[in-house]
Amino acid sequence: MRKIFIYLSILVSMMANAQENMHPSPPQANPVIIRNTTIHVGNGNVIEGGYILFEKGKITSVGVGDYDAFAPTVIIDGRGKHVYPGVIAASTNLGLVEVSSVRASSDYLEVGDINPSIRSLVAYNTDSKVINTLRSNGILLAHIVPSGGTISGTSSVVQLDAWNWEDAVYKSDNGIHFNMPVLINRPNPLRRPGAEQVDLVKQGLNKIEAVRKFFREAKAYNSETNHAATNLKFEAVRGLFDKSQSFFVHCDLVKEIMVAMDFAKEFGFKLVIVGGSEGWIIADILKQNNVAVILSEPHSMPATDDDDVDQPYKTGAALQNAGILFTICQDNGSGYWQQRNLPFEAGTMAAYGLTKEEALTAITLNAAKILGIDSLTGSLEKGKDANIIISEGDLLDMKTSKVIKAFIQGRELNLDNKQSQLFEKYKYKYSIK
Amino acid sequence: MRKATLLIVFFAILFTSLSLTAQTTYPVNDIANPREGCYAFINATIIKDAHTLLPNASMVIRKGKIEGTGVGIVIPTDAVVIDCKGKYIYPSFIDMYSDYGTQPLKNEGGGGRSAQMLSNTKGAYSWNQAIRSETDISTSFAVNESKAKDLRNIGFGTVLTHQMDGISRGTGAIVTLANEKENKVILKERASANYSFDKGTSTQDYPTSLMGAIALLRQNYLDAQWYKSRPVTEGVNLSLEAFTNNQGLPQIFESNDKWSDLRADKIGDEFGVQFIIKGGGNEYQRINEIKGTGASFILPLNFPQAMDVEDPTDARFVSLADLKHWEMAVINPAAFEKANINFALTTNGLKENSAFFTNLRKSIQAGLTEQKALEALTKTPAVLLNMFDKIGSLDAGKIANFLITSGAVFAEKTVILQNWVQGNQYVVKDDGWKDNRGIYKLVINNEIYQLEVKGEAAKPTATLLGKDTLKTDLVMNELLVKLNFSNKKDSSAITRLTGVMSADIWSGTGQLANGQWVSWTAVKSGEFKILPDTTGRKRNDSIKIESAVTFPFNGYGYRGMPKQENILIKNATVWTNEKDGILANTDVLLKNGKIASIGKNINDPAAKIIDGTGKHLSAGIIDEHSHIAATGSINECSQSVTSETRIGDVIDPEDVDIYRQLSGGVTSSHILHGSCNTIGGQTQLLKLRWGANAEQLKFANWDPFIKFALGENVKRSYNPANSRFPDTRMGVEEVLMDAFTRAKDYEKMGAGKRRDLELDALVEILNKKRFITCHSYVQSEITSLLRVADKFKFKVNTFTHILEGYKVADKMKVHGSAASTFGDWWSYKMEVIDAIPQNAYIMQKVGLTVAINSDDAEMARRLNQEAAKSIKYANMDEQDALKMVTLNPAIMLHVADRTGSIKVGKDADLVLWSDHPLSIYAKAEKTIVDGIVYFDRDKDKILREEISRERSRLIQKMISAKKGGDKTTPAAPSFRQRNYCEEDHQEGNSLWDRIQERFVSVDKLGQ
Repeated sequence: MRKIFIYLSILVSMMANAQENMHPSPPQANPVIIRNTTIHVGNGNVIEGGYILFEKGKITSVGVGDYDAFAPTVIIDGRGKHVYPGVIAASTNLGLVEVSSVRASSDYLEVGDINPSIRSLVAYNTDSKVINTLRSNGILLAHIVPSGGTISGTSSVVQLDAWNWEDAVYKSDNGIHFNMPVLINRPNPLRRPGAEQVDLVKQGLNKIEAVRKFFREAKAYNSETNHAATNLKFEAVRGLFDKSQSFFVHCDLVKEIMVAMDFAKEFGFKLVIVGGSEGWIIADILKQNNVAVILSEPHSMPATDDDDVDQPYKTGAALQNAGILFTICQDNGSGYWQQRNLPFEAGTMAAYGLTKEEALTAITLNAAKILGIDSLTGSLEKGKDANIIISEGDLLDMKTSKVIKAFIQGRELNLDNKQSQLFEKYKYKYSIK
Repeated sequence: MRKATLLIVFFAILFTSLSLTAQTTYPVNDIANPREGCYAFINATIIKDAHTLLPNASMVIRKGKIEGTGVGIVIPTDAVVIDCKGKYIYPSFIDMYSDYGTQPLKNEGGGGRSAQMLSNTKGAYSWNQAIRSETDISTSFAVNESKAKDLRNIGFGTVLTHQMDGISRGTGAIVTLANEKENKVILKERASANYSFDKGTSTQDYPTSLMGAIALLRQNYLDAQWYKSRPVTEGVNLSLEAFTNNQGLPQIFESNDKWSDLRADKIGDEFGVQFIIKGGGNEYQRINEIKGTGASFILPLNFPQAMDVEDPTDARFVSLADLKHWEMAVINPAAFEKANINFALTTNGLKENSAFFTNLRKSIQAGLTEQKALEALTKTPAVLLNMFDKIGSLDAGKIANFLITSGAVFAEKTVILQNWVQGNQYVVKDDGWKDNRGIYKLVINNEIYQLEVKGEAAKPTATLLGKDTLKTDLVMNELLVKLNFSNKKDSSAITRLTGVMSADIWSGTGQLANGQWVSWTAVKSGEFKILPDTTGRKRNDSIKIESAVTFPFNGYGYRGMPKQENILIKNATVWTNEKDGILANTDVLLKNGKIASIGKNINDPAAKIIDGTGKHLSAGIIDEHSHIAATGSINECSQSVTSETRIGDVIDPEDVDIYRQLSGGVTSSHILHGSCNTIGGQTQLLKLRWGANAEQLKFANWDPFIKFALGENVKRSYNPANSRFPDTRMGVEEVLMDAFTRAKDYEKMGAGKRRDLELDALVEILNKKRFITCHSYVQSEITSLLRVADKFKFKVNTFTHILEGYKVADKMKVHGSAASTFGDWWSYKMEVIDAIPQNAYIMQKVGLTVAINSDDAEMARRLNQEAAKSIKYANMDEQDALKMVTLNPAIMLHVADRTGSIKVGKDADLVLWSDHPLSIYAKAEKTIVDGIVYFDRDKDKILREEISRERSRLIQKMISAKKGGDKTTPAAPSFRQRNYCEEDHQEGNSLWDRIQERFVSVDKLGQ
């Protein structure tokens, strides 16, 4: 949804009251083993007829064949099923908005231009009715990203089974977000009627210089520890300079991506391009600069009339073939509830050039690497968090994808949600079995 | 006989001049100074009209009129004789599409966000501010000498001027470009009636869309007819009266685009009017359809400038269609000539008048004959304006509007020397009138030199021959001459002469280098040899155009329309959607666009074989809710009831989204009006015959539908300042009650009633001749529409979107409605917070016909996958799921007798899938409509290569054009507005949506 809800002042007084009896699960008590199953590790490997054991929230063993499990280990028969790492939503406003057209329910667009100290985490609403509809499709982690202004703020990664945002933290304050000014003179229909004909590229470049100046001053500021006056904006970007935080630049066009690389180079930032839909044109340059990409959603229209009709479907494959570390996202205004379709966006990439395992890796291990959480999650490997889903069939194909169990840090999730509850309610009404 | 003719002419002139006595109403601040204004132009090459060239001829004018033109005509004794030796005389040009001497209207009032439902124009005029039929431009016309001069300088003498503002623009006037009092300049007031689709400065909300403009104009024709009976309820309506009175005049329609040319012509056909159409310059792309209008055209010469495409990332966003049009636009007039379509030319649209001749010459190089070009600037406009008895040629009796040029008028080096308007001389270029070039015998102080004067007639140079002179400077004007030269031996010793030129003899005085005064003479002794100027006419100089017209005119267009053929698909898994269910290893034969047989081991030697081994064949996908391929806004938002608007009027056959839908297996799309008002516009079902024109795209013999809408969009929830009724769901229901009550009363009215296009559509609904698809979400509004329908005894055919349909599926079942919904959309606004992905399943279980729709051009090409979500969320049967995007939409659109399943006798609208058609991995390999393969993945590959080649070639050509000195504009991204149901808050995921979002974000502070 475009951000047109600005005019709205309706209070959200009719939030649904279903699912209020659902609650986060307690910590994993007993070891769990899933046996006789197909394990999609997330790193490209598939283990047929394998098992996976996890205890106290961590994966303790993964392998072929069987594993002698003793009580009190909970045994799950995975015959005919598919086990996957939990899917990671790599860029979303989940929990920051409930109904995108209702301004009062929206907390992801802050006023102001350079707002690095704004933190998405503190507004993340663990009670959003949307979250449960994601878990039931296998999305277990999410990177909560603020938008608005040029430097929009600081993002965090959360896990989707929590009482409150402090509970939810998976990795806090992992990155700073830069909305690159648009470096193309837009076609007239996109301009405000009667607006002055200004050179938007020039205007954009000036703006970029202003941001550059901000970071130069921040760098100088952060080289000194004693300050008479504290500058919270400068303090907020400290982690970029020591690479404990990543620099997420939201842009799509070739020139914008090249400016982002130049920008990151000057300051030695760890760069991630978010969007990057034109990245396939300069895949070699992205690779040379070791830039990671959170690619805008494959289910998009080609950028130009002349582009291949399936270009957005196969952009992922172009990045993969160039050896670029990439994941995908749905980061538009509806990028909260839409996250549940992430596996199918990956499925489309698998239909257009990627292998199924590569497509899976894109939304699991690659996402974890880009977000700096791959030591904890992203694949089904020993020592990592037990963020696991079990599907009846191929997770990436809606025809077969049915998530029957999911675990976050070993805790088995309640996969119910508001929508299945309404389904049950009306099945009852019409006596549908 | 000849004598007799001359006599008649003589008396005619005598009579005319007698009737035109010298009397005027104007007092003179002088003594009387009457002039005969009789001139004779002799020894000229006179081009009397485009077909008559008279060498060495004469023309006599008197009192602003031509008295005679011909070879050997008698020169009156009272004529001022002008020797035009070596010069050409042409009838001056006529521009029948001009706003000369008019003032642009001011944008009065308006602004702000509150609705303006009625016209701001004061007086007894139309309810709609864009209907300005009463405008008579002659009442406000004012001579504008600086503009007149600009036009005279490029050869024009007469224009038809009108107020270029509004949809019905009132009448134009034919005026000359003379610098005289308006009374004399206006040749004819009320000379044309002008129209357009553009509401201009009107601040009134209605119409906001092209389809609204079309509806308004159609209604206006009906209202004018009705008003003839002076209905008491209407009172006095001067706009309607004028509209009727203007009908006898030439009717000129500005449409500015090939498709809109056809739209205008269609309106004309409906009301028995043949418009003269002012085109857009892209008509060559559909010249057959243009010819089919039978209209005469006014063509602009504003060819696109080359773009600056040196930066490849900028050039990337210029579409092949735009690149090609840049190369091809010059052929437009020639294409009309070749197709034998009558046309005039206009300067309208040119940024600078200087481009007129440049571009016209390009058109001539591209194949337009000079004869036709001249005709299009003289006789054709004169005839179209019923003024050929007064202007448009140099025949006796016509107004003395003519050009004197230095040569053939379209030749590159030719200059227009004089432009005479109504017998008044306007000098365009002083220099060169008298050609002084030649060999002169120069005598200075009894010393004899030979002087050669050469070069351009307007600016000759001179050389002294036979002496060891170093340098000669010659400066001359009409009368005076100045000549300096130096001796080779001493270059500082300069002889300076000055004198007057009288015919071929120059004489004067001067000083030698030593200061001695001398007298001199120069007598012409030899002629200058003029080489014929053939620029602009050389055939080998023609412009090379390598682009070809494709159908449609864009990258994925075909050189020729794909042909229907007999096709035999062998050994496929066939999803019949019939009792047979899924048939393995089955053949399907397509003949004459229909499914001819289904079975095993079918043979047809005449058929093209497609191997379906390992592939799945299904009926083509039908999208019940689409907004592709419509132009000029999908919403007419200005009123709550706009049932008079028709999507069918604004189909854009070149929307590349049609091709993209085909690539996803879609064969039919139901194009709906948007959802911003309760009763929207009439819808249009298309078959995606890529390359066809708008009429050919329409699904034939189809029950017409109309779009309704309820809820947040209708009450404009995104706009807190909404002042349009209704603002609540209570009001929405009342809008419906009122509309159908009015329709019922209207239907009962007797003879002489005003035909109302809005109510006509509603009466059709009441009579089950038109069917509703209603955008709706929550259960309360669904139920209330059902009850309105029950009360008026019609059925709501389809509820579209209907995300809470599962809550009232039983009521819908009783009523008999079908449901067309989304796969899994929710949470984007308040009215969808209870949406569930099991909605389709529940409604299907309750017994409704259920479809999955897209409302989105991207999702539409994955509609099979959206249907598959019901398998995921509710375990729907696979065949039932596929039916939701094939057979079920066909049923609810009343076309299941022809499409939607694989059954012998049905239309061959089919998709051959690479995989299980509900799988995310399935690709449409071939999409077939009426037995024609419109999308073929192999052919698509070839098209991509061609696009790439053509783009490279044209970009290189554009860069060379720039290097060769062509003016360029910055690379302008080609951009096609994508339509969404919801007027103001739309879901978009194309690159431009992303760019716009980022722009809004970064630009939030307004900078």
